[in-house]
Amino acid sequence: MVPFAGWEMPVQYEGVIPEHKAVRTDAGVFDVSHMGQFHVEGPTAHELLQSLLSNDLDKIGDGEAQYTLLTNERGGIVDDLIAYRIDAHHYLVVVNAGNREAAYAWMKEREIRGSEIRDASDEYALLAVQGPRSLERLGLAEEKPFTHAMGELDGVEVMVNRTGYTGELGVELMCPSEDAATLWDAIVARGVAPAGLGARDTLRLEVCYPLHGNDITPETDAISAGLGWTCALDKEFSGVDELRRVKEAGPEQKLVAFVMEEKAIPRNGMPVVGGGHVTSGTHSPMLDKGIGMGYVPAASASAGTELRIDVRGNERRATVVPKPIYKREER
Amino acid sequence: MAASEDYPEGLKYHREHDWARIEGDEATLGVTWFAQDALGELVHFEAPAEGGSTSKDASYGEVESVKAVSDVIAPLSGEILEVNQKVVDAPETVNEDPYGDGWLVRIRLADPAEVDALLDVDAYKQHLAEQ
Repeated sequence: MVPFAGWEMPVQYEGVIPEHKAVRTDAGVFDVSHMGQFHVEGPTAHELLQSLLSNDLDKIGDGEAQYTLLTNERGGIVDDLIAYRIDAHHYLVVVNAGNREAAYAWMKEREIRGSEIRDASDEYALLAVQGPRSLERLGLAEEKPFTHAMGELDGVEVMVNRTGYTGELGVELMCPSEDAATLWDAIVARGVAPAGLGARDTLRLEVCYPLHGNDITPETDAISAGLGWTCALDKEFSGVDELRRVKEAGPEQKLVAFVMEEKAIPRNGMPVVGGGHVTSGTHSPMLDKGIGMGYVPAASASAGTELRIDVRGNERRATVVPKPIYKREER
Repeated sequence: MAASEDYPEGLKYHREHDWARIEGDEATLGVTWFAQDALGELVHFEAPAEGGSTSKDASYGEVESVKAVSDVIAPLSGEILEVNQKVVDAPETVNEDPYGDGWLVRIRLADPAEVDALLDVDAYKQHLAEQ
């Protein structure tokens, strides 16, 4: 167990690599109860979130969800999150554990008349069940990604969210905290492998989902991070002017994905020779190679460009590749 | 498959969780069961060059698991005669057989008297118990 944002978290159960492969080939369950949940309610809830979040909430209806960014005035990323629309007057937003307080304070300060933000993180547990056989093992029908509905699993009432952080089919199940252990046991009894934070990181990096604090931060902008698709630049929200400017001028650096061509494992903070740095790196269990993401000068950002990573003083060759690094085979 | 916990008799141990098998004026070096267990499944061995040297108590390479990097500390000084290519190609060999196929390098001892400063198996187990 390791401390993480005030939580004691399992890095691994059986081992990072077997857990990773279980999620890629069958199903795994992650306890991600450390993530924060805020209720945003009131007649102006939609208006408030439209002014704080980068993506356009008009694109989703009741029962749908959206990946979006909480941006500061400089266009930097306070947090990346998923907004679940219950109805026009009620959204649930799920934020990163490490940003729970910063995101809450940021939003609370900008509350407007007719909307209220409430941090309900301690009331809920969140279990992510991910993998090609996840739904089959849970006895759930497939639904459109980024939708949600209330449901029940083995007697526990859950909010079934068709979202995840692994690039695989799956759900994130939210339940009252007191039901968490019962729900966990029920999921494991259905043959789903327990998986820890270690596998969660290798899985998300193979599919190039950014990790806030590493790949995206309050100092980095969405356009440079390749998250322009989450920014509705035709609406007004915090930092939109700066994002429009970066988009117009073109980013100086871009967040790219790369694969090592030599035996070496890139790690967060390693310099890229000629400019830039690694923001996330690991050993890919599926490719059996070092993989990573990092910011490099825009001129070095196209797929096929050779990079050299300074691995503790040794230069190692890598190649920029299209995202995602690992693509799941068509089912 | 990971090996089960074991610290063979007859090896010499270093406090940084390395072992040495002394054969005349040569020694084979590796990391102990404790070290590989703490790291988890190894995915990379940053090996030194053959013909290079090890210096007692100094790092001569790195082993990495998915989540962690660790220096490998030389229990003895010497010239590196051979690097275990099997571990370079399949680092998990260290997890499977830390004292056998998972050896890391073979050296020619620069100063055989250094061996006297290493721990025997009982002293190393005592050291582990104090961790």
